[in-house]
Amino acid sequence: MAKESLVRIAQLSCGSEYSGIQKEIDTAASMVNAEIIFPEISIDEVRSVEDNFGFKVASPDLKLMMARAKAIVEGRTMADAVLIASCFRCAEGALVRNEIRRYIYANSKIPVISYSFTERTTSSTLLTRLEALTTTARRRSLLAREHQEGLTAGVDSGSTTTKAVIMKDDEIIGTGWVSTIKVVESANEALEKALAEAGITRDDVQAIGVTGYGRFLLSEEFNADLVQEEITVNSKGAVYLANSQHGSSTVIDIGGMDNKAIAVQDGIPGMFTMGGICAGASGRFLEMTSKRLGVDITELGDLAVKGMQQNVEMNSYCIVFGIQSLVNSLAKGSAQEDVAAAACYSVVEQVFEQQLQEIDVKEPLIMVGGSSLIEGVPKAMEELLKIKVTVPPHSQYIGAVGAALLVSGFIDK
Amino acid sequence: MVKVFIYPSNSLILSDLIDRFGHEPLAVMREVGKKIRTAGLDSPPINITPEDPKIGLKYAAVEVPSGVRGRMALLGPLLEEAEAAVIVMEPDIAFGCMGCARTNELVNFLVRTKDIPILELDYPRTEEDAKAFVHMIHDFTDGLGKGDK
Repeated sequence: MAKESLVRIAQLSCGSEYSGIQKEIDTAASMVNAEIIFPEISIDEVRSVEDNFGFKVASPDLKLMMARAKAIVEGRTMADAVLIASCFRCAEGALVRNEIRRYIYANSKIPVISYSFTERTTSSTLLTRLEALTTTARRRSLLAREHQEGLTAGVDSGSTTTKAVIMKDDEIIGTGWVSTIKVVESANEALEKALAEAGITRDDVQAIGVTGYGRFLLSEEFNADLVQEEITVNSKGAVYLANSQHGSSTVIDIGGMDNKAIAVQDGIPGMFTMGGICAGASGRFLEMTSKRLGVDITELGDLAVKGMQQNVEMNSYCIVFGIQSLVNSLAKGSAQEDVAAAACYSVVEQVFEQQLQEIDVKEPLIMVGGSSLIEGVPKAMEELLKIKVTVPPHSQYIGAVGAALLVSGFIDK
Repeated sequence: MVKVFIYPSNSLILSDLIDRFGHEPLAVMREVGKKIRTAGLDSPPINITPEDPKIGLKYAAVEVPSGVRGRMALLGPLLEEAEAAVIVMEPDIAFGCMGCARTNELVNFLVRTKDIPILELDYPRTEEDAKAFVHMIHDFTDGLGKGDK
């Protein structure tokens, strides 16, 4: 990763040192050239923060977190970004974490992320999150880009599929979509498809951006001009394709392996969460459902919109139990349509329960990624949230489009 | 000399008082000191590694947050050694604190399940109360005798 300006990330946390993961946080920060800082405050500020902040809690470390948040918002600590973290399964910690995040988001322009950790949290788990956080902090000018210029390529190496697009002067002129088998080979295949569709060769491409799980490998393979995590490129790609670059929006990407929910303001990601504890809430579950129903994944959506999810009981965090519910309901004679609808609803319900509680959902809600094309998924999201869901054109290529858009800022004029 | 568990477990004042009155304070600083002096460990700031919350499983189940279990990995062995305890209720943060209310609740419960002499005191808010506070700790520790050792 290219060396960029140092980003000061203020850490507001409870339990990270006693969970033995502080080193993981420090390591992930150093990988994105960031420095973890702890805002200095007086003990009197900790004593009085409950009255000032208005939240009475029992744990002193949570009071410390609130006092440090105030120091950041009031400008007494110079921070470029904020990481809020507390122990997974601590209710008191989760309440304070959410309120502090909202407080910083509402009262400053400093990007903030929150995370609940266990002792198993590693630097690689934190890397994408901190990469997105530091990008937002240091590349506001890049993220302000609203139009694609020149001839650029974007490649998104996802866990399940690899996507590539070719863009020319604000238009998508070529696309490629293949299953991810070997990262480099699949990316080359997807890119070649996109180039063929566009009727150009690699030499014609002025800049190339890569994203997704395989981005670091692809960076070397393509000598990429931009290597960017998915939070940033998906946000940018979503608001660009949905023609919603100004004001607030919410982007949801149900991926093959993990899900992202991002609150976006003027095209810049603000609060975001990445889930992925269980495959029961991922695109993989929908893939398995379609296999079990004997239909192609592209037909699952059609089937789902014709069904009634209420007719089938299916809500499991675990893909194994989810499939078990599916098999049981088919054995009881449930209609395929109802099972398809229930599977879509189950995935969406878990995204809602696990992730959407952690961000402020604002309209328009833009669904992206391959799963957004399964009509039952956005429909279930609309039913659950009672708001209209937008699925922009080319939503399955969102990461590649975001990368191609952003990388046009790197073309040598 | 009796081994006296103190709460808050990192209170320098309590630890010093127990030491001055001729007993061995069981304070968390001792356990952290061991961690920091262990060669080969590199997990700043206090050399607690992801293994410690697993050690804490002896005192709290897996559904308990890792921060509580990590703290219990330090405090648990002290509790097991304790022959007496001095507990200060609702202390000021500057007097000593382990940061986590849930850990505090568990430690306070576990110490009470042991069949050992326990002195429970309110945190003193005035000078007069502070003097009485020191006297009570002195009298308590005096009554502990010389212990088994």
